[in-house]
Amino acid sequence: MGNTIKVKAKLKGDVADVKCLVVHPMETGARHDPDSGELVPRHHITQLSFALNGRSVLIANCSTAVSKNPYFRFSFAGAAAGDRLSVTWEDIKGKSDSIETILG
Amino acid sequence: MRIRRTMILETGLAVLALVGMPGMLRAASWPKKAFEWAAAKDALVSLYGTDTTSPSDRIELSAPLVAENGAIVPISIQTTLEGVRSISIVVEKNPRPLAATFEFLEGTIPAIDCRIKMAESSPVMVVVQTPAGLFSSVKKVTVTVGGCGQAHSG
Repeated sequence: MGNTIKVKAKLKGDVADVKCLVVHPMETGARHDPDSGELVPRHHITQLSFALNGRSVLIANCSTAVSKNPYFRFSFAGAAAGDRLSVTWEDIKGKSDSIETILG
Repeated sequence: MRIRRTMILETGLAVLALVGMPGMLRAASWPKKAFEWAAAKDALVSLYGTDTTSPSDRIELSAPLVAENGAIVPISIQTTLEGVRSISIVVEKNPRPLAATFEFLEGTIPAIDCRIKMAESSPVMVVVQTPAGLFSSVKKVTVTVGGCGQAHSG
C-alpha cells in the first residue's frame, strides 16, 4: 500500500503545505498503442482525497484530462505536529491506494 | 473462524469510520455525469445546476500563455473569495471539458496547483463555488502539441 503515492507536507505555524504526486497512467482512451496500433482503454483516477486525522480536507475529482502521474499542491490550516495526513485514490477500474504520513 | 472475526472487525471499523468522520460524509461522490458532457455549459449545469458565473478579479488563475506540450499544462489557482466550497477547471475545447473539480473542506485554503491535459488551444475557465454564487476567471492557452493522444498518429 502507498507505493504509488508520494506526499510531502511542510508545517508553518498551523498551516500545512502539501505536495502530492501519484503514479498513474491516466489513459484518456483516445491514445493508440505505438506498437499494436490499438486503442489503449480509458484508465484514470476518479477521486483523490486528503484527510487530517480522518477528517476530509480536500477532495480532487478527476477526469482523464488530469495529466499522467497527477500532481497536486494545496494547503490547509488547523494542522499540528503529530497529526496524521492520509491520501487515498480510487480509479475507474476500482483500484485504489492510500498512504498516511505524520506531520511535523 | 478467523475469517469471520476479521469480517466483524472490519464491519466495526467501517461503522466507526462513518460515525467518526463527518468530513468524509460531506464529500460527494465522483460526479461521473458532469465529466461526460461534451459542452462546457452542460458540464457546469450538471455540477452546479447553472452555467451562469460572475467574472471575478478575486480569482488568480495562472496558466502558460503557450503550452508546448498539451499533455502537461500547469495550472495554479488561488482566490480571496470567502466560503469556497469547490473549484472546477473547465477546458472549453477538450472533448470532455470538465477537467477536474476540487472540493474544499473547512480550514482548507482555497488554492490549488495541478497539471492538466489540453487537446488543443482553448480558453481555460476556473469556476469557484461559494455561498454567494459561482465566480469565474478565464485565460486563453495556446497549445503547440495536443495532449489527448490523437497527436501521436501524426
